[in-house]
Amino acid sequence: MVAMAAVTEPGVTETAVSAPAELQAHFDRTLERGRRIEPRDWVPDKYRATMIRQIAQHAHSEIIGMQPEGNWITRAPSLRRKAILIAKVQDEAGHGMYLYSAAETLGADRADLTARLISGRQKYSSIFNYPTLSYADVGVIGWLVDGAAICNQVPLCRSSYGPYARAMVRICKEESFHQRQGYELLLTMMGGTAAQRAMVQDAANRFWWPSLMMFGPPDDQSPNTAQSMAWGIKRHTNDELRQRFVDMTVPQADKLGVTLPDPELRWNDERGHYDFGPVDWDEFMAVVKGSGPCNAERIARRKAADDDGAWVRAAAAAHAAKHKAAGHAEGAA
Amino acid sequence: MSEDEFAVYQSLGEESEDHRWAFGTGFTDPLEGVDPSVPPGVDAAALAAYCLMLGDDALIYSHRLQQWMTRLPELEEETALANIALDLLGQARMLLARAGQAEGAASGGTGRGEDQLAFFRDEREFRNVRLAEHLDADFAELTGRLLVFSAWRLALCGRLAASADPVLAAIAAKSARELAYHRDYAAQWVIRLGDGTPLSHRKMQAALEVIWPLAGELFQPDPVAARLPGVAADPADLREEVDGVLGTVLAAATLDRPRAAPLARVAGKAGRDGVHTEAFGYLLAELQSVARAHPDATW
Repeated sequence: MVAMAAVTEPGVTETAVSAPAELQAHFDRTLERGRRIEPRDWVPDKYRATMIRQIAQHAHSEIIGMQPEGNWITRAPSLRRKAILIAKVQDEAGHGMYLYSAAETLGADRADLTARLISGRQKYSSIFNYPTLSYADVGVIGWLVDGAAICNQVPLCRSSYGPYARAMVRICKEESFHQRQGYELLLTMMGGTAAQRAMVQDAANRFWWPSLMMFGPPDDQSPNTAQSMAWGIKRHTNDELRQRFVDMTVPQADKLGVTLPDPELRWNDERGHYDFGPVDWDEFMAVVKGSGPCNAERIARRKAADDDGAWVRAAAAAHAAKHKAAGHAEGAA
Repeated sequence: MSEDEFAVYQSLGEESEDHRWAFGTGFTDPLEGVDPSVPPGVDAAALAAYCLMLGDDALIYSHRLQQWMTRLPELEEETALANIALDLLGQARMLLARAGQAEGAASGGTGRGEDQLAFFRDEREFRNVRLAEHLDADFAELTGRLLVFSAWRLALCGRLAASADPVLAAIAAKSARELAYHRDYAAQWVIRLGDGTPLSHRKMQAALEVIWPLAGELFQPDPVAARLPGVAADPADLREEVDGVLGTVLAAATLDRPRAAPLARVAGKAGRDGVHTEAFGYLLAELQSVARAHPDATW
């Protein structure tokens, strides 16, 4: 990997150095100065691998995340809501595409990453292993799940890896519209019938705790956090972001008229934060390890799409190859 | 942790109309600010029926594409087909809204709104052609059917852009720009699959054999259109243009034009008369389930 970066990237060899120690020093200086790493730059193997894994898992989350919401597109109860939901799910496919592209700048390949997702070697956000059971879930996912994603992702706009940071700027902008649309749906439903209000409360009950789990295990059980923060690919600890999310979300729940399902949730004047009850990390680990309510069906759907599409991709490649060959023949004649 | 990093999240509770999206905007009243009147001399009841049938084609076709989401061969196809589903849904919303306006003009009251028409009519009241409701068995049927439908609808909207009803004309002109993309997208895939591998060629040819019988209905004389001279297009007039487009694409794709006979009618009736396929009842049950379970709700 070291040799490859120095030899195959002519732009780098002119200014940069070839010995690993000096390359490492250059990399360290770039991070110290808060500059971004770009695709042409030498990076340590472990940084490359960690970065690919982080971006790929984010891309996988966007693609798998299309399923729980896509579940309600055909049943959306008004044509306006249907249009909003189609546009949202379409945005998620778009996010997946530019994240896979960012991973490809590090030498990864989309088809290979998809294979890793399908075989379970790479993960996606465990929140998408929960089922969507009513139309209110569409709104609650926008509000809480996209909200938690924004809390996680906004700091990544300053990620040390340039292509990822730039992708995150665009993604965060779109996520914030999704969140607003979700919250607006909930406000409308809370102003509707008693059945609609009950639906919103039920959805909030089901998604509150999984949303808190989206920030990952507590800091004292998160072994990679220190390295990731040193590399500038993580900017805040899991617990910091989780607290931030709770503090911002409680007033929004009040405004909606929804009760968050935590009897220990209350303002702590001394800390200047909301206290909240213990997260069920056993449930979290069970879902991460594959026993979530929808793990099997999410992967089965993704695999079926990939398998069923194989002959289509092969046809497109064969057609392109024929025309390339025909083009060459014409050029030769 | 800086405050401004999270400004977007914190502003959630504030009022804002700034709903920008990556793909498309404008989700509110589909005909906001448009003069609802029906031009003098135009049969308002016929105009309502005509807009309804064209709106139903788009609504039901869009539904079938929505069912494909998360099941497509590539992410590029996910975004492209979501885009087409969204375009057709947009066309449906405008046409159903226009149908409601014309219905109101005909009855001297208030016509039904887009959601009333989409969610609270029964199977026999839908006027879409049977081609729109076909459930695609694979990606070859999806692209082959989209080619036939978009080539036909583009030819239709090209003519309706000069309709004597200015609202229908404007909707058709906007739709034609979208449909040109849909037709191009579908044509490229039919060519790739027809001229791809032996397997894809076989599947594409088989798909055309399934779809072709459903195309006959597109060109049948229509009594509603006949009541709207200068406003509607005669379906029979579209055949030559559509045949030309399909012939060009099939030749490039090395595919044979199927010789299948048109699907028979039922006691002389088909989709435009509200007589549909068996699959349609399931489609409507899905489309209407939440709206009908909560008839007094606001969404």
